[in-house]
Amino acid sequence: MHIYLQPRGCITDDKIMKQDIFQAIADPTRRAILTLIAIQTLTPNAMAEKFDMTRQAVSKHIKVLHECELIKPEQSGREIYYHFNAKKMQEFDHWLAQFRQNWETQFNQLDQLLTTIKEQK
Amino acid sequence: MNNDLLFDFNVDKAAKTVYITREFSAGQSLVWDAFTKADLLDQWGAPAPMRAKTRYMNFEVGGRRVYAMITPEGQERWAVQDYISITPKTNFKMYNAFSDENENRELPGSEWDYSFSEENGITKVHIIIFNESFERLEKLLEGFKIGFTMTLKNLEDLLSTLSEKH
Repeated sequence: MHIYLQPRGCITDDKIMKQDIFQAIADPTRRAILTLIAIQTLTPNAMAEKFDMTRQAVSKHIKVLHECELIKPEQSGREIYYHFNAKKMQEFDHWLAQFRQNWETQFNQLDQLLTTIKEQK
Repeated sequence: MNNDLLFDFNVDKAAKTVYITREFSAGQSLVWDAFTKADLLDQWGAPAPMRAKTRYMNFEVGGRRVYAMITPEGQERWAVQDYISITPKTNFKMYNAFSDENENRELPGSEWDYSFSEENGITKVHIIIFNESFERLEKLLEGFKIGFTMTLKNLEDLLSTLSEKH
């Protein structure tokens, strides 16, 4: 039985334009947007106002976050509200947990090896 | 396993950096060797059931290690490590990049910084991995398959075989 340790979504889904989740999170403005959206859903206009940015600049950030599925749009009347997609972040964290597990396995192997070498001496 | 030994794993997503700290119940010299000598690295440097195979390794500044991670099915994933700086027994830095078997690198790779210190016979190793992108970090796991049926028991068997040979 095997599992493939690959995060899904923006990383591997070819239908969505490739957008790196690290790059998405690395930008301070986008982190601020995520923090704010995690508390309450916002329209692009409200975001522009809160961050004192042009609507155009906000759209660019939204595009990156959306392509990474870190935020989700929801139509409400004539407005589009953006939600924080906690599931995506969890997926990312889950992937990191697997990465950690690999290290743990390797280090346990090294423990064994070190013990073996010390016993030989 | 040594459960009392420290293992810290932190990811700074914004800085695209992974911080790993691990203690080992052995002297600094021996732990240093385990991280810097090919024959030792190959014995633990891939998570079971994967295995690592070094083609060659020149552990010197400007030197290179070319190695493959091999799956139980025999699939090989090659990588190249270039040594940037070495302070014997204390620190070394390298640049890791995946490659084909002819050492053609897929850039960008990631920067690795290893530090070693010893206290009361316990050696602490700090590893800092800087990745330019998550995709690169992801590649560190690409092709890795964890076989649930195969455990560290296999590794213990291997190690006892090896110690008999010595």
